[in-house]
Amino acid sequence: MSALLEVRDLTQRFGGLVANADVSIDVNKGEILGLIGPNGAGKSTLFNAIAGVRKPTEGRIAFEGRDVTDLGAPERCALGIARTFQVVKSFETMSVVENVMVGAFQRTASSRVAREKAREVLEFTGLAAREKAMANELTPPEKRRLEVARALATEPKLLLLDEAMTGLTPAEARQGVELVRTVRARGVTIVMVEHVMEIVMPLVDRAVVLDLGRVIAEGKPADIVRDERVITAYLGERHRARDA
Amino acid sequence: MAASSHESARRSNLFLAVIVVALAACLPFVVKDVYLQNVLVLTLMYAALSQSWNILSGYCGQISLGHALYFGIGAYATLLLFTKFGVLPWFGMIAGGGVAAVVAAAVGYPCFRLKGHYFVIATIVIAEAGLLLMLNWDWAGAAMGIEVPVRGDSWAKFQFARSKLPYFYFALGLAFVAWLVTWKIEDSRWGYWWRAVKDNAEAAESLGVVVFRSKMAAAAVSAFLTAVGGGFYAQFVSYIDPESVMSFQFSLLMALPAVLGGIGTLWGPAVGAAILIPITEVTRSYAGGTGKGFDLIVYGLLVMGIALGRPEGIVGAFTARKRAKAS
Repeated sequence: MSALLEVRDLTQRFGGLVANADVSIDVNKGEILGLIGPNGAGKSTLFNAIAGVRKPTEGRIAFEGRDVTDLGAPERCALGIARTFQVVKSFETMSVVENVMVGAFQRTASSRVAREKAREVLEFTGLAAREKAMANELTPPEKRRLEVARALATEPKLLLLDEAMTGLTPAEARQGVELVRTVRARGVTIVMVEHVMEIVMPLVDRAVVLDLGRVIAEGKPADIVRDERVITAYLGERHRARDA
Repeated sequence: MAASSHESARRSNLFLAVIVVALAACLPFVVKDVYLQNVLVLTLMYAALSQSWNILSGYCGQISLGHALYFGIGAYATLLLFTKFGVLPWFGMIAGGGVAAVVAAAVGYPCFRLKGHYFVIATIVIAEAGLLLMLNWDWAGAAMGIEVPVRGDSWAKFQFARSKLPYFYFALGLAFVAWLVTWKIEDSRWGYWWRAVKDNAEAAESLGVVVFRSKMAAAAVSAFLTAVGGGFYAQFVSYIDPESVMSFQFSLLMALPAVLGGIGTLWGPAVGAAILIPITEVTRSYAGGTGKGFDLIVYGLLVMGIALGRPEGIVGAFTARKRAKAS
């Protein structure tokens, strides 16, 4: 299988701190990949490097076989990489449909086409009824959905979700999981950084575990939860106690 | 269905604007007093200028307090081209707009890397530097300024000694054009991009908006329109010197109507100018003798009132109420 995204020997240093060290991962077309690890493991740093927010100190990133290491976030968006933010960044003074239109303008210059596209995405993400509301009037789970809707409007091939389920109630999270599944069913490859293991594990096809900036395990969720290194690094005593 | 509601809202805005312009066009038949006509011309001019300022600072969120620079460039370009090369003011205003747009891009290149207050300070300083340059540029009249050579009333040469009316109608046209440009931009890709940049630049970048380029484009459009206003003002007052077209006061007078009326709104600058400029002019002429700056105190108070009571401006407060009723 050809990898949609290839990260090779990526290292990110901030002064003396090494946030990512020699990270290499492949993301295959059509899969849902979970990026997990304890706080400070370097998930967000890796995520930002893939999204094009910060250039890595060393290493390369290729998307569809093309080196994108030197491209900024807007150029990567044009190639088909979209993202959401862990702390939602809605356009607060714009309405819901206008928020999504900003993304839709990536593929069209016509505001009529962009509006239609935005409506379609809102329908799909379950926000159609709120299209005229201002972004700052939305509830937290609605704002999370808006993040996803906006990103989808850019017609990405790869969608990066940064803790999209954080702060949701279990019921809301289940709906979120459903949404992620339907997005994938549309042919979008997904990389999700997630903290809540109960959500990630049933959802992802594969998981990459980071600890202290390094990849310590990679594989199917079922194998990951049994991996000794992962258990000590991340899942901790609570999980072990449950197994016992 | 919702698509048509968006379209119809836009159409009714346009319809309203046409009616306002038509009504305004009748004003000189009621207001015969030359002094008051003068106030009307200035009000329309500031409506146009503030509308231009609003494009960069209101929609794109890059607060400029240095627009006097572009105003001055327009004024000087128009008069210099006319007095030195015989170029008609009509072309001079357009040329001034072009020069201002280029200067705005050149200024923006370093300044758009600055954020928030630092950007504001940079715009003030650069405009002041422009003022100092003009004060020392002998060919352009330096501190003495330039006068429009009197050639008799003429539309071609855009000078009218006997009547304020041609200026009035030109200013009205300019205000309408600035409004139309804003109206058009509001529903264009640039318009949405600019608002996205204002609200959250990082999120905008993630959605493919090249933030830097967006700011440059907004600055160029804004500066172009501002300079055309400057060219008009030069013809209107027929004598300019650096202090009278490039001082900080102009930068403020371009920003305040939009802030008062509603920053980043379609109608804000016009509403703000219609309130602010007559008050300013009238207090200046009636209370001007009692102590300099009384007019400034008055609109200082107005702006404070708005900032404390309705930070979103008059238009913003109105639409907020409408929204609350609708939901």
